[in-house]
Amino acid sequence: MSPDLLKLIFGRLGLESLPLHEPIVVGTFVVVALGGAALLGGLTYFRLWGYLWREWFTTVDHKRIGIMYMILGIVMLLRGFADALMMRGQQMLAFNGSEGYLNAHHYDQIFTAHGVIMIFFVAMPLVTGLMNYVVPLQIGARDVSFPFLNNFSFWMTVGGAVLVMASLFIGEFARTGWLAYPPLSNIGYSPDVGVDYYIWALQVAGVGTTLSGINLICTIVKLRCPGMTMMKMPVFTWTSLCTNVLIVASFPVLTVVLALLSLDRYVGTNFFTNDFGGSPMMYVNLIWIWGHPEVYILVLPAFGIFSEVTSTFSGKRLFGYTSMVYATVVITILSYLVWLHHFFTMGSGASVNSFFGITTMIISIPTGAKMFNWLFTMYRGRIRYELPMMWTIAFMLTFVIGGMTGVLLAVPPADFVLHNSLFLIAHFHNVIIGGVVFGAFAGINYWFPKAFGFKLDPFWGKMSFWFWVTGFYLAFMPLYVLGLMGVTRRLRVFDDPSLQIWFVIAAIGAVFVFIGILAMLMQFAVSLLKREQLKDVTGDPWDARTLEWATSSPPPDYNFAFTPVVHDNDAWWDMKRRGYQRPLTGFKPIHMPSSTGTGIILAGFATAMGFALVWYMWWLAALSFIAMLAVGIGHTFNYHRDFDIPADDVIRTEDARTKLLAGAK
Amino acid sequence: MSRLKILALLPLAAALSGCDYVVLAPAGDIAAQQRDLVIISTVLMLLIVVPVMALTVLFAWRYRQSNTEARYEPDWDHSTKLELVIWSAPLLIIVCLGALTWMGTHLLDPYRTLGRIHAERAVDKSKAPLEVDVVALDWKWLFIYPDYGIATVNELAAPVDRPITFRITASSVMNSFYIPALAGQIYAMPGMETKLHAVVNHAGTYKGFSANYSGAGFSGMHFNFKGLDDKGFDAWIASAKSAGGSLGRAEYLQLEKPSQNEPVRRWGTVDADLYRLILNMCVETGKMCQSEMMAIDAKGGNGHQGLNNTLPLAYDKYARRGTVLGPEPTFVAGTCTPDAPQGQTTASIKAPTDFEPLLGAGLKRPSFTPLKSSSFFLGQRPKSDS
Repeated sequence: MSPDLLKLIFGRLGLESLPLHEPIVVGTFVVVALGGAALLGGLTYFRLWGYLWREWFTTVDHKRIGIMYMILGIVMLLRGFADALMMRGQQMLAFNGSEGYLNAHHYDQIFTAHGVIMIFFVAMPLVTGLMNYVVPLQIGARDVSFPFLNNFSFWMTVGGAVLVMASLFIGEFARTGWLAYPPLSNIGYSPDVGVDYYIWALQVAGVGTTLSGINLICTIVKLRCPGMTMMKMPVFTWTSLCTNVLIVASFPVLTVVLALLSLDRYVGTNFFTNDFGGSPMMYVNLIWIWGHPEVYILVLPAFGIFSEVTSTFSGKRLFGYTSMVYATVVITILSYLVWLHHFFTMGSGASVNSFFGITTMIISIPTGAKMFNWLFTMYRGRIRYELPMMWTIAFMLTFVIGGMTGVLLAVPPADFVLHNSLFLIAHFHNVIIGGVVFGAFAGINYWFPKAFGFKLDPFWGKMSFWFWVTGFYLAFMPLYVLGLMGVTRRLRVFDDPSLQIWFVIAAIGAVFVFIGILAMLMQFAVSLLKREQLKDVTGDPWDARTLEWATSSPPPDYNFAFTPVVHDNDAWWDMKRRGYQRPLTGFKPIHMPSSTGTGIILAGFATAMGFALVWYMWWLAALSFIAMLAVGIGHTFNYHRDFDIPADDVIRTEDARTKLLAGAK
Repeated sequence: MSRLKILALLPLAAALSGCDYVVLAPAGDIAAQQRDLVIISTVLMLLIVVPVMALTVLFAWRYRQSNTEARYEPDWDHSTKLELVIWSAPLLIIVCLGALTWMGTHLLDPYRTLGRIHAERAVDKSKAPLEVDVVALDWKWLFIYPDYGIATVNELAAPVDRPITFRITASSVMNSFYIPALAGQIYAMPGMETKLHAVVNHAGTYKGFSANYSGAGFSGMHFNFKGLDDKGFDAWIASAKSAGGSLGRAEYLQLEKPSQNEPVRRWGTVDADLYRLILNMCVETGKMCQSEMMAIDAKGGNGHQGLNNTLPLAYDKYARRGTVLGPEPTFVAGTCTPDAPQGQTTASIKAPTDFEPLLGAGLKRPSFTPLKSSSFFLGQRPKSDS
């Protein structure tokens, strides 16, 4: 074939785009390919494709979508953590003239991919998954407001993750750091496909995140059961509401700033170039106007989880519910007034820097109030040290350290000496791991029995807990020390041998965390095998307080046979105390949304379009775009959107539960 | 066994003692004041962090399930007094810290000229500070000493106890100019200028580097900063002078091309206008300087004619390709005036280098009166002052 034709079909994708010269990548590819082939083969052999398609891929059930988000988050955690291990290995070895084992081209991609994956494809799916699963149950709803949109949002997030993963084997990822500051990320200095992968992965996933934000806001505002006023909502629902408000208000900014960057890269505009009046600092401002709320998007639901867990396992009402809610709202608003603290050192005036420094510190007041509220929830309680509570205690002790170093970095003159240093790296890992990740693990251990009907194995859970916590401290406390020695981030080689010991300790810590992750996977496997022993038939294994525990585990498709009526913050606790009797008769047909494959198909075309735009395959981009429009319009003619679960089915399900409950007694 | 343990700890102890906590023990007065702020803020916050951590452990232990002697009040969920305490205690700390921040940020503003050499000595107003123009290149540092007419790559020197004024820019991407022993960092950005005022109090050789990732050669982008006594500094200048060589526009364009792990280089003479041209991104002959462009735009721009005033990009240090769908890369051509041949500017249009106006205690108020100045809204705004 002529080169022109090849170029027309494949754009700039050629054999030389495959990283065959990078043995590490080739090795990874072989392992992934073998694992993938085994998985696909297994699915085909056991004829699971039909089941997966009908029951999972096309489902609009918020519970299954929530579980799929969690799986996505955990799978991507493995990828993101592999990057982390490689970085720690490189920084541990590259001393005394050694170049380590990663060249700059590879290493720079790794730290960029690590940041992007951990934030967008690990933390976000874990948090969104928990909200998706728990919020409708907590407010006594049957599903979210827009069930089809929920399915579509999930598959768009997967589409973004697929693009990031594709960049590992086809072409390369960005070499710019996780926020891709121009001019470095602009066409002049990053002409390769890396930044384009970055842009389109985030754009595709961003659509999903924004839509899921809209969906959950509507759900919380409109679908609460009777009696649940705003000030009777569980705290997790409150934090979810605030998080989704933040998502809806901030993700469009990310979409726009990435769109402007792609205009610069594709059609030669000059928004962020050095010349022609472009302003790279505009990008830095815009991306942080999204980026700072983003960290609260992640941490607020975690705060909600800790509130539920503390109250449940202390056997006590949450202390200071009202101030907890106000603290959350204040944090939501303030999170928009602090973005400049990410670049005090870019030459803003002293008054501007002081303003943003002080607004940042003010956030620590409501956060501090929350911390005290958890403390006084424990006070005069009866604390049961199950896994969720252990993660919560670890969070409280870890997060205050991260909060303290955060406030320290908010003092501009202090930031001038610590900005971009490993001290900063230690700080934000301290709050993201200590806050978001510990929160997600507390949430997983807490709600797993709700989702699957059996508890997670405590032995492997504790193994995972101790390795994670000690691993975290070993890995990041040395980075605080290195930051005070003036060591900056993203360095590939070092010339001062006295630093090496700290990197060795940090690498050992990373290995501990790795063991913690393996122990967690082991925990899932062991629990699955021992599911009969760990079984919970009551639907309320923790003697908990909120509405999701009122129904069976796992909940039926319709969540609640009758919509509950709420009289108290701790609705289920209140029901239990007042001797609530489960209704046994009078069941009616239940109106539910139907599954649809449109979401996964649309997201598939969106991903194909992203891939085509990365590689300049214009025909494929146009085709996928038209296909997306066609499928989208076609879907509006789909009139089979809902169905009724017959009353007989409801009766059968509820009777089965009645028998189970009777057997448990 | 215990001996073995001690033996095992030895390398750690050795490592600790060999460590150089430069942020906590700097050699310059600005960095020392920044260090003080770090420590004071930490102590202030520990006032609340330590009790919180202690209470966490205490409550976690005391109210464990197996301790049936502890009080259990499952419905106790509110106390106005406690609420007042838990909101006001952090508030008080933040009020103190906020005041400290406001003062510290203004006093240690890198754009502010120095008032003191160190705690006990004020600046001698009769002596001019040392001026150094800093350019972050891919991936090395260029230092121009305009007063001495010399330039160096990856080596910086300054006399002890003499204030230094850095004017900082970059050639291509963002970097951050950071000498931990001397003062906090400030970004180096293309087409923009940032400033840093600092002084070194102790003679010695310190590390300087870029603190913002800037591409493949970033790890090697470090230099030595030498604090020298007056005699030593004169000798250093003399040795640079005697190194010979001249850094002009053509040499700069060669130097600017990406290279990694550059050794120290020196030039005895340097084009006096070079820094201004780099800052305004018009070292290449025929290119319009940013300052000219901004001046033209401030007067309403060139209208449609301006669109035609571009030329294809001939010089390109990365041999970059253009965008796929847009036009070929171009640059804005310089306009000729009788007293300024193409590519050179009249002296009357100056680069935006004067950032003097500053608000704060003991500082001079800016002298402009907005309503009188017609250029207030459209006037040249320094780009870095976002």
